[in-house]
Amino acid sequence: MWEQYAAALPANAWNWSAVWRRNYMAWRKAALASLLGNLAEPMSALFGLGFGLGLMIGQVDGISYIAFLAAGMVATSAMISATFETVYGAFARMHAQRTWDAILCTELTLGDVVLGELAWAATKAVLAGTGITIVAAALGYAAWPSIPYALPAIALTGVAFASLAMVVIALAPSYDYFVFYQTLFLTPMMYLCGAIFPVTQLPIALQRVAEALPLAHSIDLIRPAMLDRDASSVGLHVGVLCIYTIVAFVVSALLLRRRLMR
Amino acid sequence: MLGRVEAAPISRRTIAMEPAPVTPADRGAERVSNVAIDFTAVKKSYGEKVVVDQLSFTVASGECFGLLGPNGAGKSTIARLILGMSSPEAGKITVLGEKVPARARLARRRIGVVPQADNLDLEFTVRENLLVFGRYFGMTAKDVEKITPSLLEFARLESKADARVTELSGGMKRRLTLARALINDPEILILDEPTTGLDPHARHLIWERLRALLSRGKTILLTTHFMEEAERLCDRLCVLEAGRKIAEGPPHTLIDEQIGCPVIEVYGGDPNELCALVKPLAQRTEISGETLFCYAPDPEQVLARLRGRTGLRVLQRPPNLEDVFLRLTGREMRD
Repeated sequence: MWEQYAAALPANAWNWSAVWRRNYMAWRKAALASLLGNLAEPMSALFGLGFGLGLMIGQVDGISYIAFLAAGMVATSAMISATFETVYGAFARMHAQRTWDAILCTELTLGDVVLGELAWAATKAVLAGTGITIVAAALGYAAWPSIPYALPAIALTGVAFASLAMVVIALAPSYDYFVFYQTLFLTPMMYLCGAIFPVTQLPIALQRVAEALPLAHSIDLIRPAMLDRDASSVGLHVGVLCIYTIVAFVVSALLLRRRLMR
Repeated sequence: MLGRVEAAPISRRTIAMEPAPVTPADRGAERVSNVAIDFTAVKKSYGEKVVVDQLSFTVASGECFGLLGPNGAGKSTIARLILGMSSPEAGKITVLGEKVPARARLARRRIGVVPQADNLDLEFTVRENLLVFGRYFGMTAKDVEKITPSLLEFARLESKADARVTELSGGMKRRLTLARALINDPEILILDEPTTGLDPHARHLIWERLRALLSRGKTILLTTHFMEEAERLCDRLCVLEAGRKIAEGPPHTLIDEQIGCPVIEVYGGDPNELCALVKPLAQRTEISGETLFCYAPDPEQVLARLRGRTGLRVLQRPPNLEDVFLRLTGREMRD
């Protein structure tokens, strides 16, 4: 009986890399434009809000506002990059371009394809997040030696949000539905999870809500790393992000199996 | 088809291709068997609609087996079932000795697929498409590079190796898809309407390439709604209607058994009136749309009766699979 579901799971530990390499090869052809596109928005938010509001706000949590905001923008850009790569890139490969159809005629299983897409979306998240970290460090808003600590947190953020987005594309009939995911889930999360202002500014009830959201845990990992502070409850934050990743991966693979392998 | 098109003059070169690397798992799966694909009482439905209905057939190794039927007859669903991309509700499917869908992944290792709609990577060149696809079979870049020249030669795309897919014509894209399907040196090729939408020249080139593959011992399962294709290529075929098998056998046996006499097609007049006129002279008549099909062992008599009537287009031809389909279902297959 369970053999029915084998197709939804990765066949082995390395098949996914063929999918990752395909996407990398395609990305390389337009790498510069893609990088600029990924970095432009969080950068303008960082400088616009950071310098603009920073003038009025002064210090937050004992540091300049722009340094506080930098970690929020790193986490948010990782979230957005991973999500967009999945809902637009992977969805196109599944839907309009039929790339997945071609792959599913080979040795790879649907699980291999999903895993490869997740790894690729997480890679894009790492590129965007690291880009902003480097700019922040160059301008003195982040500590250089902290980058190696921030990297795994950025990667985990990427995988978690790619998995969540994979559930969305498994359910969405067309591109039109992605805007709901963005406006109803991603944007509120950015405001609730301490990306732009400290969570402690929120009413207690909303603080409780934020504790359950993945972005809050990403920020709690990335911010101390970038500011060279001691992080607390690292295990909890990593654990929550891992649970989001694994549950969403399994759910998306099963939903996609139902959608594509009817 | 009414108009015959001359086949493109192409020399039949035999192409020596490097065999795909044999892994231990492959060797273990190698069993002496003449059966490539076996369907036993397979059933599949989507909601209320039964798409494949108690279908049984067997494809022997090395033969070209055709699934012939109009759009919606269940051909593509059968191809998906063979690949394990869809699970049957009832019945048993075995492909190359592997139970499908449970072990479809192992069967797919030895299958090449040309899907109905091109799904090449448009942003890549011809060469890159082969490389990317080879990786899905666990091949390294070196493995792929080694066989790329022979695949390109086979697909007559030597001069296009570094062209982007978007620069290729429809026929070239299909040939690249065929080359791509051969990258794992498959034992079975599944071709889902391989020439639909191609011009006659491109179509004949594909047919010629497929015959070259058959001569190299490949097994081909071909779905088509195109009778000329089925007649030319298939050793045996299965005629489908609404997911059910309505006839099976070698094309010429089916034609002889079901029709067995020349056909006269008449159009341009009132088919009902013409039908009444020639009926006594024919073994059987059939009206489809505006065309009257007249099955007459002695066609001269029918032609003589129609002579002198203006505005008619009359065509006498040998019987074909379309006639078989029309006879069995009462409607035409061409769309």
